[in-house]
Amino acid sequence: MITTFAAALNTGLRRAMDDDTKVVLLGEDIGKLGGVFRVTDTLQKDFGDNRVIDTPLAESGIVGTAFGMALRGYRPVVEIQFDGFVYPAFDQIVSQVAKIHYRTGGKVTAPLTIRIPFGGGIGAVEHHSESPEVYFAHTAGLRVVAPSTPADAYSMIRQAISLDDPVVFFEPKRRYWDKADVDFEGEPDLPLHKARVCTHGTDATVLAYGGTVATALAAAKIAAEEGHSLEVIDLRSLSPIDVDTIAESVDKTGRLVIVHEAPVFAGLGAEIAARVTERCFYQLEAPVLRVGGYDIPYPPAKLEKHHLPDPDRILAAVDRCLAA
Amino acid sequence: MVSKKSDKQTYPVQLVQPDGRRVLDREHAALVADTDGARLRQLYEDLVVTRRIDVEATALQRQGQLGLWPPLYGQEAAQVGSAHALHPDDYAFCSYRETAVAYCRGVPPEQLTALWRGVAHHCWDPNQVNMTNANIVVGSQGLHATGYAYAAHLDGADIATIAYFGDGATSEGDIAEALGFAASWSAPVVFFCQNNQWAISEPVAVQSTVPLVRRADGYGIPGVQVDGNDVLAVLAVTRRAVERARTGGGPTFIEALTYRMGPHTTADDPTRYRTAADTEYWEHRDPIERIRLLLDREGLLDPEFAQRVADTADDIARRLRTATVEMPDPDPASMFDHVYATDHPLMAEQAQQFSAHLAEGAQP
Repeated sequence: MITTFAAALNTGLRRAMDDDTKVVLLGEDIGKLGGVFRVTDTLQKDFGDNRVIDTPLAESGIVGTAFGMALRGYRPVVEIQFDGFVYPAFDQIVSQVAKIHYRTGGKVTAPLTIRIPFGGGIGAVEHHSESPEVYFAHTAGLRVVAPSTPADAYSMIRQAISLDDPVVFFEPKRRYWDKADVDFEGEPDLPLHKARVCTHGTDATVLAYGGTVATALAAAKIAAEEGHSLEVIDLRSLSPIDVDTIAESVDKTGRLVIVHEAPVFAGLGAEIAARVTERCFYQLEAPVLRVGGYDIPYPPAKLEKHHLPDPDRILAAVDRCLAA
Repeated sequence: MVSKKSDKQTYPVQLVQPDGRRVLDREHAALVADTDGARLRQLYEDLVVTRRIDVEATALQRQGQLGLWPPLYGQEAAQVGSAHALHPDDYAFCSYRETAVAYCRGVPPEQLTALWRGVAHHCWDPNQVNMTNANIVVGSQGLHATGYAYAAHLDGADIATIAYFGDGATSEGDIAEALGFAASWSAPVVFFCQNNQWAISEPVAVQSTVPLVRRADGYGIPGVQVDGNDVLAVLAVTRRAVERARTGGGPTFIEALTYRMGPHTTADDPTRYRTAADTEYWEHRDPIERIRLLLDREGLLDPEFAQRVADTADDIARRLRTATVEMPDPDPASMFDHVYATDHPLMAEQAQQFSAHLAEGAQP
């Protein structure tokens, strides 16, 4: 069925709520409005306001109370309205949600899914286009994922909700309106922590996640016209990362370009570059390169096209690899 | 600071005065009318035992057997009185000083020191006693209690949830958010603030210029201030709040006025920030002495009973000491256990690397 990324998430949430009455949604404006991106559209009408709960305007409160509900056996799915609004909830996420299983010696789990629309590309105002994923990837106890397609949005939200560990679920907001065919009846084709090889190639590997996967694929298409065969990998899981799939590709191509829109300094690309260097040192033909956001607060909307990795910057990096 | 002139008028809710005389308060006395001689004696025993546990743990820290201990000395009545108002299926969310609450919830004394000895991050299994482990990020548990209480309400369970926190925590945003959520959801939660007058070195006046109980007003939550060193008064007001929660009445905020007689933790030196006169003032309002005097007045304190309680306390202290000293260091490889509830490749990789490192004979 052809559907948008946002509608695929909506169907995923609906199915999860149908399957398990302990799945409840909490967030700001997720009820009648259906969320500012309409991801929870009609769910309150169909499941009632005890299961789709419009909360007071307080992010720490949303995550903290959801955590309390999880302690009573619920599986809350929290919506943080925008990436830049998650920071007030940071303490609850990293001090409480992430660590409760460890702190209780395995006696207590916190099966929370924390949905966060992330990244830029929609011309939004400040605090509405951030990429805070690495704060969470750095925290033991959390799993961090980011789907890039409607099909993965559907399967990964269902997997995240059913997992007994807390999952920070990043949704690339500029892909909410992307349309694709989604098989709503099938089982997920990949475990939640696995990366996907999107296109096979031989000259270099381009790794991306979230909003930049489509950019990487566009770059690969242009490269193909120029006679270069790029292998594009969608990381999907940002913690843990699927090093095996990446290493297998780099063993074949000998070159790796990592793309993300988060600032490059101490970003996820640095971690991946280090691990690939360990695993593939003798297969690498060139240094691992990173293409990402600049190390600045997210710029005003009129400048974001310069900040976000585009096919040109990806191809420039590929050229540098290939020249090495 | 409370006035020294009159003991009787000092606190909003009081049922027993510092000299052991009862206060005529029909409204609140009715809430504890079932507290006959046997129950009074049980309260007394729990107060004495929990103080003994606290003294023993403090000594264990001084002797190097614990890395740290947060003494509850002086706050026994606030904890024992409120804990006695709870049913086993009610759920308590605590801070880190609620040793007496844990004891009254049924946590074996042998389990009270593991966290402070550094052999685990927890002391007991929360599921066994419906009480969370120590939470050192103050105030955050107010939200957890609110969420739990709301979930219990959705379940149709007629239970109450209680959140213990201190005066310092009332300045945290999480307590403010918890009050807002609880009011908005009419959640069956009791906010139990032990105002022990000090957040480490900061007097409560640094946190608030008005009585803490008034914070509830802005949220439309009933607030009650109680003499926290009066175990009967605390039992009475907590019973009312718990009953209110259980019957759909929504949240209540209780401010129990008490005093931390010792340091914040064994790493603290209260002589740097408070006067001996201040502590002495509160010594005369000791929660255990008060009920001892009440028992004496009412002919319930025969030597045989007093000796039995003292023996029980000593016996429990011995159990605590033996168990603490004998706690083995955890298996190093267990460091990687329970980071995740499900398989995680990074954990597997690092646990394997660490085991190999140990197998090579590495010594930390």
